[in-house]
Amino acid sequence: MTTATRGTAAPGAVGTGHTRIEGRDKVTGAARYAGEIPFGDLAHGWLVLSTVARGRVVAVETGPVLGMPGVLAVLHHGNAPRVETQYVGSLGPPDPVVGLFQHDRVPYAGWPVALVVAETSEQAREAAEALQVRYETEPHDVGFHPEHAAAYTPESVMGQPNEAVKGDLEAELAASAVVVDERYGTPEEHHNTMEPHAATARWDGGRLEVVDSNQGSRWVAEELAHLFSLDLASVRVRSEHVGGAFGCKGVRPHQVGAAMAATVLDRPVRVVLTRRQMFSVVGYRSPTTQRVRLGADPDGRLRALGHEAHGVTSKLFEFVEPSAGFGRSMYAADAHHSVTRLVPLDVPTPTWMRAPGEAPGSFALECALDELAEKCGVDPIALRERNEPAVGPVSGLPFGSRNLLACYREGARRFSWADRDPRPGTRRDGRWLVGTGMAASTFFVGAAPTTAAVTAEPDGTFTVRITAADVGTGARTALTQIAADALEVTPDRVRVRIADSDFGQAWLAGGSMGTRSWGWAVLLAARELRERLALGGAVPEEGLTARSDTSDVLAALAQKERHSYGAQFAEVAVDVTTGEVRVRRMLGIFAAGRIVNPLTARSQLVGGMTWGLSMALHEEAVRDAASGAHVGADLAGYHFAAHADVPRIEADWVEDTDDEDPVGIKGIGEIGIVGAAAAIANAVWHATGVRHRTLPIRPDRVLDAAGAPGTPGAGAAADGGPDRA
Amino acid sequence: MAPAPTATHSVVTLTVNGEKHTLPVDHRTTLLDVLRERLDLTGTKKGCDQGQCGACTVLVDGRRAVSCLQLAVAAEGREITTIEGVAEGDRLHPVQQAFLDLDGFQCGYCTPGQICSALAVLDEHAAGWPSAATDDVRPEAGVPPLTPEEIRERMSGNLCRCGAYVSIVRAVERAAAADRDASAADAPGGGDDIPADASKEAVA
Amino acid sequence: MREFGYLRAPDVSGALALHGADDGTRFLAGGTNLVDLMKAGVERPERLVDLAELPLDRIEETAGGGLRIGATVSNSDLAAHPEVRRRYPALTQAVLAGASGQLRNMATVGGNLLQRTRCAYFTDLARPCNKRTPGSGCAALRGEHRNHAILGASEHCVAVHPSDMGVALTAFDAVVAYETLDGPGEVPLADFYLPVGDTPHAETALPAGALITAVTLPPAPVAARSRYRKVRERASYAFAIGSLAAALDVRDGRVHDVRLAFGAVASRPWRARAAERALTGGPATAEAYAAAADAELAAAEPLPDNGYKVTLMRNLVVAVLTELAEEAGR
Repeated sequence: MTTATRGTAAPGAVGTGHTRIEGRDKVTGAARYAGEIPFGDLAHGWLVLSTVARGRVVAVETGPVLGMPGVLAVLHHGNAPRVETQYVGSLGPPDPVVGLFQHDRVPYAGWPVALVVAETSEQAREAAEALQVRYETEPHDVGFHPEHAAAYTPESVMGQPNEAVKGDLEAELAASAVVVDERYGTPEEHHNTMEPHAATARWDGGRLEVVDSNQGSRWVAEELAHLFSLDLASVRVRSEHVGGAFGCKGVRPHQVGAAMAATVLDRPVRVVLTRRQMFSVVGYRSPTTQRVRLGADPDGRLRALGHEAHGVTSKLFEFVEPSAGFGRSMYAADAHHSVTRLVPLDVPTPTWMRAPGEAPGSFALECALDELAEKCGVDPIALRERNEPAVGPVSGLPFGSRNLLACYREGARRFSWADRDPRPGTRRDGRWLVGTGMAASTFFVGAAPTTAAVTAEPDGTFTVRITAADVGTGARTALTQIAADALEVTPDRVRVRIADSDFGQAWLAGGSMGTRSWGWAVLLAARELRERLALGGAVPEEGLTARSDTSDVLAALAQKERHSYGAQFAEVAVDVTTGEVRVRRMLGIFAAGRIVNPLTARSQLVGGMTWGLSMALHEEAVRDAASGAHVGADLAGYHFAAHADVPRIEADWVEDTDDEDPVGIKGIGEIGIVGAAAAIANAVWHATGVRHRTLPIRPDRVLDAAGAPGTPGAGAAADGGPDRA
Repeated sequence: MAPAPTATHSVVTLTVNGEKHTLPVDHRTTLLDVLRERLDLTGTKKGCDQGQCGACTVLVDGRRAVSCLQLAVAAEGREITTIEGVAEGDRLHPVQQAFLDLDGFQCGYCTPGQICSALAVLDEHAAGWPSAATDDVRPEAGVPPLTPEEIRERMSGNLCRCGAYVSIVRAVERAAAADRDASAADAPGGGDDIPADASKEAVA
Repeated sequence: MREFGYLRAPDVSGALALHGADDGTRFLAGGTNLVDLMKAGVERPERLVDLAELPLDRIEETAGGGLRIGATVSNSDLAAHPEVRRRYPALTQAVLAGASGQLRNMATVGGNLLQRTRCAYFTDLARPCNKRTPGSGCAALRGEHRNHAILGASEHCVAVHPSDMGVALTAFDAVVAYETLDGPGEVPLADFYLPVGDTPHAETALPAGALITAVTLPPAPVAARSRYRKVRERASYAFAIGSLAAALDVRDGRVHDVRLAFGAVASRPWRARAAERALTGGPATAEAYAAAADAELAAAEPLPDNGYKVTLMRNLVVAVLTELAEEAGR
């Protein structure tokens, strides 16, 4: 099945499937996550969140609660240690939610207002629930719509321009024979890692020690050092096993609260978030509305690509879900305009969530392209091939390796795309209407400065130390393989230690840049060590260590459009009489650089595609207008795909090398979700003839789109017919 | 008339992985919290604490249950098996081995629950239980084979956010096939028709 | 969760005595709903009386071909029982469509009938809810109510009953047997749940302190050809947005006997008697099924965001009855 894979295999460990280094610990229950490491004299903290959406805390009635069994302290704005929030960290200023208990303002429902600490978690929970907090409330505004009076255009997104302009969009639209002008919507989505955030903090010989669940221990250590005005050397953060991250596991109220309480009580304190609390304090993906305007010649050649997105941020802090950026590197068009605008509301600040920007942005643009293909009478793949750019469409920069066309070809072959009848609403299998769809995907390739140390031990083994994080990506295993090859030894002689901020500066698990950034550093250190060992001599008792820092090599890298690419295919079945949509199969073919570990890489890509399925059909957080708070903030109210929703999904890759790239590793954490929801939505159209431009494609939406009740019996095909589109 | 007050704590004896533990518990304490906080058996995970994710799945008297909704005091007298009790010494259970070989997990947090649930799925299927994926539930129709569709439905109480479902289903398929082969050892060719492609790549 | 006492009942009379019709006491069976509600602070009992040791975990055949299902029979055992599968296949399907394998092992028949609504406002103490806090108001009415009631609701509460099992039991005329300190009693499931009216907090006709001991299914030959279809927002492990238990006996092209009950549309499993009346004796055609569904749904009062349920239930009736008729014809 994996013929396309073979080309990337190199001699040695890299390119060969390797089960996870920590796999045995994970299948036997031996792997300990942050909340599971025993501490003597441990106390338990339980957060109390505001129940009102705007106002201020008038009183925290601590008296009765302090008298409850086991209760040790109640921290709130009136007594909490001061923290410093006016700083700019390595990824920007902190989300104000980490400035725990620094004032009496309540900016949204779910804002932390107190931390109850007790001897046991049951006592802390009961006391937290009993704690009376009185509020003075003010009117709130949680209604998101693009015409909101407060909507504005941010200057930049993570240092990049937010708005991109090329040519005259309106003029090209006017000159276009075929125009698509549609609005798309995606809801508020939540990471919902299986492991809730957990941190244990304690002071140990003047150092703040935190055992945490995060995606970057060095990053979190830096943030805590800023917040508590400590030298970085006085903070140590470890995060050995992490039960999922997806963007939400940075510095969050749990670490700050645990550190505060450990300071006040002078004993170890653990704070674990509840599932419900996670909905308010760890960030989420902003809802979006997106207007896409495409203008094309009759053959589908794009003259105009306009993408105007709106998202939400809190009134406290600007976070941009850069949905409009997806097309900037994807399609050649004479004119291009893309911009993301924000509506500030009385809601928590959104944050990065798997493929921020690309996930919702690709849904809108890749659906719009499908609509354009329909209007032009051009096959969706042919349409994309026709608009394949030679250089960055907006930047004008040369591409690194861009093997998108190969993804289309391989995907089309394996999905039997050529046999597809383009007419919608014509295939029936019992009560199901069946259709197929496709979409393209891309994600940028980057690397950030990272340090690593590789030590030759006297016993002939090697130890790698790097503040990487394995949040389920397989990074620990991939780095072992990379180090083994660079050292020219078998992987069983290499021990990779990660997720300890004492190991030095390193990029975090994010932006699909982890393995590329860390692998690069490990490679450099391991190569240097091998060279030193080649000089001969015995390894001293303390070992022989080589260190690396990738800052210089990264700075010297030529400017290019570096991306990974993919082609996503889906087949769905829709019962328009009940509104049920089932995905029957998915195929993703990716061009994602050198694949270090085919076994775990496939898992990550399939995992991303599963997210895309889940985004297409299930995920949606709902806010109650009256209270401004979530409704059903739990896993019964917020659905993500369960086993029964997920068919056999295949992911594979094509040869994708870049001779000018010294490591050749791209990133695979995020690209799997990009375009997947669009492929499914396009397949739903192909099945039923109805375009669903708002996610998720829920049964009620399918039913409402199908209009009047289905005609009796089996003759309901017309309900989904193209005339209803 | 209100009854006389009753104690809010009890000393209970819990049998976990064949070992008896006698300890005082607050009646509020769930089996999940006793396992994790008191018996240092942290393999059982707390994903939602509301019966909505399956990460805390254990076997109670051989049947799978969510330990977050099981009060510890009410578990006295039951035989509890957690993920720590699944392997035989150093030898992984075939279900564990299949999860490992086929990469049936990523972050690993739902994994103990998935594995305990899979063990029960194999037993429930062997006992002839139908599922919501079973077309004809009448006893005359017999036991449906453990197709991927049957496995998916039966495993649906175990959420996985990394999206490892595809590999998990393959792992359960392989374990089920091994079970079948073991129970029909003399059947010719008793085929491992499953995921040759995936296992081939795994060189542990 | 506040502290509580815990007692194990040795038998039915012991359980009743331990409970003593005390307001602060709850029976504990599977606990899958009660413990969850205790964690949410919706239920704050002073003591629990555990029913695990009660001898109510058997399914017995009754004279004439019915079944008597003990109240502490687990959902799993109920669904797997050969006579349930043979005589009332829709009941097995309904049970298997609910929750997950883990929860079905824990949950019991009696507990299933007494489970509370999953309306998100009911379980959020910070929001008004007449069912939880009488007189506080109904947040769902003008809030999030996509999955709320279209039938039999009131301006005081629009929550739906979440049971799947109960829908099939209702279709098959189940009778709930209970014991009290004053002696036994029974009530048809059709009358078990009280009308919502202005007392949504008063949910069942059980006397205070009563213990459900069994659910009896009368013989129903029509049930041998029955089906449960559940529609939800995920393919499994989710509550229904609409479900249907149906049984059909067609003779010579005419409906000889039919049973229809709707789930997730009302504060209780909804027996569709108007539809049954419209069908009985008439032709077994898709047009007749649709007309019967319309007869039932004429009483529907959808809210702004749940009108789709009217369409859904109508389509389900047509689809499932058509399937059942086709199977009978094979």
